[in-house]
Amino acid sequence: MAKPRIKVPKKAKVGDIVEIKSMISHKMETGLRKNKKTGEMIPRKIINNLAVTFAGKEVFSTILYPSVSANPYVAFNFKVPGSGDMVFTWTEDGGKTTTAKKTITAA
Amino acid sequence: MSDKIQIEVVNRRTFILGASAVAALATLAPIGSTPASAKAWEDFMKEAIKGATPTEGKVKIDLPEIAENGNTVPYKVNVESPMSDADHVTNVHVYATGNPGPQIISAKFTPMSGKAYVKSRMRLAKTQEVVAVAQMSNGKVYMGKTTVKVTIGGCGG
Repeated sequence: MAKPRIKVPKKAKVGDIVEIKSMISHKMETGLRKNKKTGEMIPRKIINNLAVTFAGKEVFSTILYPSVSANPYVAFNFKVPGSGDMVFTWTEDGGKTTTAKKTITAA
Repeated sequence: MSDKIQIEVVNRRTFILGASAVAALATLAPIGSTPASAKAWEDFMKEAIKGATPTEGKVKIDLPEIAENGNTVPYKVNVESPMSDADHVTNVHVYATGNPGPQIISAKFTPMSGKAYVKSRMRLAKTQEVVAVAQMSNGKVYMGKTTVKVTIGGCGG
């Protein structure tokens, strides 16, 4: 898969609710398109899951369906409990995963 | 005698009706041939919320009134909730009622989320209603919906 991009605030206070933005480049092939030359259906290949943990605990996760746009962008909120690592895992149809890590430093 | 004639008339009518129905079905079949479209969004929702009845309110879904490009339509879902350990939103499901595959996302929240909020981008095939359903930790289910006008559809081609 491709390079993920994640944006977390550089500084945060404990107890703040911050916005975390994530995006990964992916075609998100719906399985409904036809190859115009051969007339064959292009098989579905999407990122079907995004899971986010902080210091090993689950924060947010979502199932993604073919109706999600290409290069899936997902933003959500997070209540900062302290400093730690946020780990993102994207799973593609077929089971291939991509992970990325961001460190949040809380004051 | 008259009885017989009447029966004949009825038969002919039903025959014509039946024949035209068959013809209509035959023309429709190749268009709706994606097996994924067999299930309506309500069925997916019922499966997700396991028989609970959704109440309108608490869920706010923001979408542009007019989406020029159905390939990427930005949206935001916000659910009113204190997001405490005892009372929080556990899941939010978003459905595009007129898409060949109506499910968009099924997000799972925890009290660590702070706010039940998600922002993303969806594909929309045509002008339709988009529904967001939120499941609470106390078992209650709320929903919110909005209508979007789509100028160019974004599913397949």
